[in-house]
Amino acid sequence: MLEITNLHASVGDKPILKGLTLEVPAGEVHAIMGPNGAGKSTLTNVLGGKPGYEVTEGSVTFRGEDLLALEPHERAAKGLFLGFQYPVEIPGVSNVQFLREALNAQRKARGEEPLSGGEFLKLAKDKAALLRMDMEMLKRQVNVGFSGGEKKRAEMVQMGILDPAFAVLDETDSGLDIDALRIVGAGINAIMRSPDKAVLLITHYQRLLDVVKPDKVSILAGGRIVETGGPELALRLEAEGYDAVMA
Amino acid sequence: MTTATLPTRRDEAWRYADMDGVARLGAAALDQWQEITLAPCETRRHAMTVGSEAPELHRIRLNLGEGARAELFVVNRGADYTRVEVEVRLAKGAHFEFGGVTIGGAGVTREFVTQVVHAEPEATSNQTVRAVHWAGATGNFLGEIKVARHAQRADAAQDFKGLLLEAGASANAVPQLEIFADDVKCAHGATVGALDEAARFYMMARGLDPATAQRLLVQAFIGDAFVALEDEAEREGLLEAALAALEGARL
Repeated sequence: MLEITNLHASVGDKPILKGLTLEVPAGEVHAIMGPNGAGKSTLTNVLGGKPGYEVTEGSVTFRGEDLLALEPHERAAKGLFLGFQYPVEIPGVSNVQFLREALNAQRKARGEEPLSGGEFLKLAKDKAALLRMDMEMLKRQVNVGFSGGEKKRAEMVQMGILDPAFAVLDETDSGLDIDALRIVGAGINAIMRSPDKAVLLITHYQRLLDVVKPDKVSILAGGRIVETGGPELALRLEAEGYDAVMA
Repeated sequence: MTTATLPTRRDEAWRYADMDGVARLGAAALDQWQEITLAPCETRRHAMTVGSEAPELHRIRLNLGEGARAELFVVNRGADYTRVEVEVRLAKGAHFEFGGVTIGGAGVTREFVTQVVHAEPEATSNQTVRAVHWAGATGNFLGEIKVARHAQRADAAQDFKGLLLEAGASANAVPQLEIFADDVKCAHGATVGALDEAARFYMMARGLDPATAQRLLVQAFIGDAFVALEDEAEREGLLEAALAALEGARL
């Protein structure tokens, strides 16, 4: 579903990704772990098309198309979802208005009929319940006044509503307490565990992987994938640390 | 009485005006004031959209009796120099509410100039102005507040925010406070900035095209100016009038 080949990317003049190659087929949850500064967030931002990240070499193919040739909103309409490490606050815009416009923009781009207000609210209510989020919170302004944990849960509600084929989740577990981690993990499983979907799960810690069990684990270091294995690789990292495992 | 000569930029209230536009208005236009008097405890609300292909000057003089309340909400989106001037005199316990938006490009100057006189005790006023500009345009808010010596317990607030969608556009805020009473609350704030790019990327990552993301962000930004407008239909009407000006923007 997603094929990244020899990807090089810079921020300003600084090369961060240096020949990253990775393939994530449909049906797979692929965890990416790596030390600080390895390029994990840069990978997320390059996949999402954030301005300021320049691809200097290599390719990314998503569902058979050149992902890098698409604008960020076109990537979303093709089924790519970015779970932000730091979800952005948008004062003056309610979650309901934002998500309904976003969903209907995606549907329009795919040639589908827009959802009515009633249909949308029902969908939003279902997904909020899945993440045990009060519907009242969705009527409030996007992420404004939300705690760190609430922002991450709201991200997953957004993912549930938008129903993407592929999710890149950047440290979705950071800022979550133990209970919230279980709720978010269960949400990821419910929304994304499917033979025709896939997830790139970027994390520092094993604890999310106890709930969202990955099919594969890769280590990103120095801007490249240096090792790929099964779930046991994450356990080894947790026990021994990056230095020992990569030595 | 006629004004013999046109004002110049040396006059404080005309400091950022488009003097070419003023000249095209002509001296006669400067004498036209719309005078409105509110009886004690009377409440009046007016919402309007101003601006056309020609320069426009709207001069409104409001005289509020004791306990009266005047609310004025304006979208200023002219394609030529457009100036709205409001002079307000507040008697005891009266309230003046003003919400204004200047929006547009095309190198045009659009401005609000207000003078609110708290002439008697316990009067209150609240002014919220938002300016959204691009393509070399300018938005101004010159707001003067005067509190008379015996007008104790006056409460006056002024809030201005400018959003510049492109380099080359500008926004000017000139708050001017003259306070002669000593038991007074007077607040004013002014900020000017660019569109929140992090918010725009976040919205695009969820599927909104750049123009829609921008429209939502601008809508949220100018919404503050009309929060105090209780009639939802009127509020929506003003927002739509303002956002329609954005449609023509090539950004």
